[in-house]
Amino acid sequence: MTVARAFGTSLRQNRGFYGAVVLLCVLYLVYNLLHPRGFSSAVLIQNANESVAIVFLAMAQTIPVLLGGLDLSVGAVMTLAACIASVLVNGSPLQIIFGMVVTLAAGTAFGLCNGLIVVYGRLQPIIATLATGAIAMGLALFIRPKPGGDIDGDLNWALTNSLWDFVDTYALFDPDASWFAPFAWIPVPILIMLVFGVGVWLPFRRTIIGRTIYAIGSAEGAAYMSGLPINRAKIAAFTLAGFFASCGGLYLAIQTASGNADISQAGAYTLNSIAAVVLGGTSLLGGIGGAIGSMIGALILRVMSFYFRILSIDPLLQPLVEGVVLLAAVSLGAFRVLRIKNRLELFR
Amino acid sequence: MQIALSRLRPEDKPVVISAGFIVVILILGTVYTLATQGTAPLFSPNYLLQQLQTGSFLGIVAAGMMMVILLGHIDLSIPWTLAAAAMMATAVGGDMALPTGIAVGVAVGLVNGFGVAYLRIPSMIFTLGVDSVMRGLMVWHTGGFAPQDQATPLMRTLAADKFLGIPLAIFVWAAVSVVIVVLLSRTAFGRSIYATGNREAAAYLSGIRTPWIIVGAFVASGVCAAIAGVLLAGYSTKAYQGMGNAYLLPAIAAVVIGGTRILGGQGRYVGTLVGVTLIVLLNSVLSIMQMPEAGRQVIYGCVIVGMLLVYGRGSRNFGG
Repeated sequence: MTVARAFGTSLRQNRGFYGAVVLLCVLYLVYNLLHPRGFSSAVLIQNANESVAIVFLAMAQTIPVLLGGLDLSVGAVMTLAACIASVLVNGSPLQIIFGMVVTLAAGTAFGLCNGLIVVYGRLQPIIATLATGAIAMGLALFIRPKPGGDIDGDLNWALTNSLWDFVDTYALFDPDASWFAPFAWIPVPILIMLVFGVGVWLPFRRTIIGRTIYAIGSAEGAAYMSGLPINRAKIAAFTLAGFFASCGGLYLAIQTASGNADISQAGAYTLNSIAAVVLGGTSLLGGIGGAIGSMIGALILRVMSFYFRILSIDPLLQPLVEGVVLLAAVSLGAFRVLRIKNRLELFR
Repeated sequence: MQIALSRLRPEDKPVVISAGFIVVILILGTVYTLATQGTAPLFSPNYLLQQLQTGSFLGIVAAGMMMVILLGHIDLSIPWTLAAAAMMATAVGGDMALPTGIAVGVAVGLVNGFGVAYLRIPSMIFTLGVDSVMRGLMVWHTGGFAPQDQATPLMRTLAADKFLGIPLAIFVWAAVSVVIVVLLSRTAFGRSIYATGNREAAAYLSGIRTPWIIVGAFVASGVCAAIAGVLLAGYSTKAYQGMGNAYLLPAIAAVVIGGTRILGGQGRYVGTLVGVTLIVLLNSVLSIMQMPEAGRQVIYGCVIVGMLLVYGRGSRNFGG
């Protein structure tokens, strides 16, 4: 009884999130039904590979949005990380690990700089990150003026296939062992999303810093009066955004075995990350939502683009369909207007 | 210096500092050209006018963007509004080219305004959606290729010809500027924009029809983007895919460098003019120096952060 009631409360408070989960399940189920090789590990692996970058980016975007801010540099930081990785992630195993650590550290440091500028420079996040995004893009272009790069081939194979291939590539144990069979089909990219995304986010949001981020988004004045560490939370939010963005960049570099400092691609990733955050039920006003929702939102965006491959829609109509679906999805938020009784509440 | 700065009224500070920075850019650029080529093109009127001619497109876009930012909103649909207006104008051609282009701007502005003012969807995400719909419509319309239609003679004249030695595009920019200044400082609509941008609930309670104001500002932004698109098509003799992409972020940067508060309610048009000039001249000096794209991006970002750190800092109190 209490469990049911708790679930009911959760359902009422997170309508957006549960709506997104249901939408994703339905979309992906229908996709697999329509797909000629649906419900196979191969399709899942391919889809998961193409989703990792945008999922990490959406999670990165969520945290500044929860503060009531916005990070327009996530796409650029991801590109910067991908370019660094395309230079460093090769050679001996130690060099590879070193390269991955440097990549993640660089993105995290960039996020830290964003946080410091926002907190101690007292600039609006949206405009500060617009500028630092340009700087990140410039650095990425310094590192990789032309697309290309060199990523360890084994790593590329192991991380973009099923768990069976991962074990097989690094000869950890016999991949055909009977106890391993039930897990062997699981795509590695899904595990990466779970370990680095969920594994970092869920513990983080239970810390004081994590709760403070929510408090700032709901009412910064009240959070300040309650003695919460406002500045530290803001810096941590942008730092974590930088970390998630560099995770996305590192995976993108490993998956494509190259780095590409493409300004318009970085911009498109940033804008899509905002769309994913909104689709996942996080309020752009701050204080409501979470990174798991954004993960779902990003997956919805990706699945919608998968549909174009199996449905015979005129390719010329694809951008229009994408645009209309995006506009319709964000317009769902308008139902809030109908529920409001006091017009003044509209202006929050 | 310190005393002179602190005696300035706070709203004049951004204008004075950015104007000072423009002089610094001109001097640095001239020192560079004198050292390498022995000439000083940056101080020749012809060169400056030519730079301002290409800058007038950005100036017109920024003028419209400022109206929206004054409300505390943002218009991310500018790139494809600009391109759509240009494509529709060249596709229709003849005498109806200009009105068609402007009509596209009005229509996009009305849709944006409706979504933000009546559906209460955050402008950041709604205008983003409208932008991708416009992109989809244009890809559908053109088949994904560069449209073959040519700009009409009138569009070319407006964008590329000169009158009394001054490019006509600068006159168009000046005309748009005068309209915006009059709107902002002399009409009830302008005062209502500032009031709504400061505190929408208070503006609503004092009898301002805030939804109409929001729709009006988005229409102004759409029309400005459309004018810039039509001019740009005239300048390059035809419309092309993605012609507006290079204008969105510089326009936001120009408005904010000019001292307009990104949260709305504060800002003067002179600041936006100075901000546009700063960005245009910075770009031209960097291209004279043959700075690679990487260096440009870094310098561009550093300039924005640096200028804002000097005067764009928020107040220290929380929960405003």
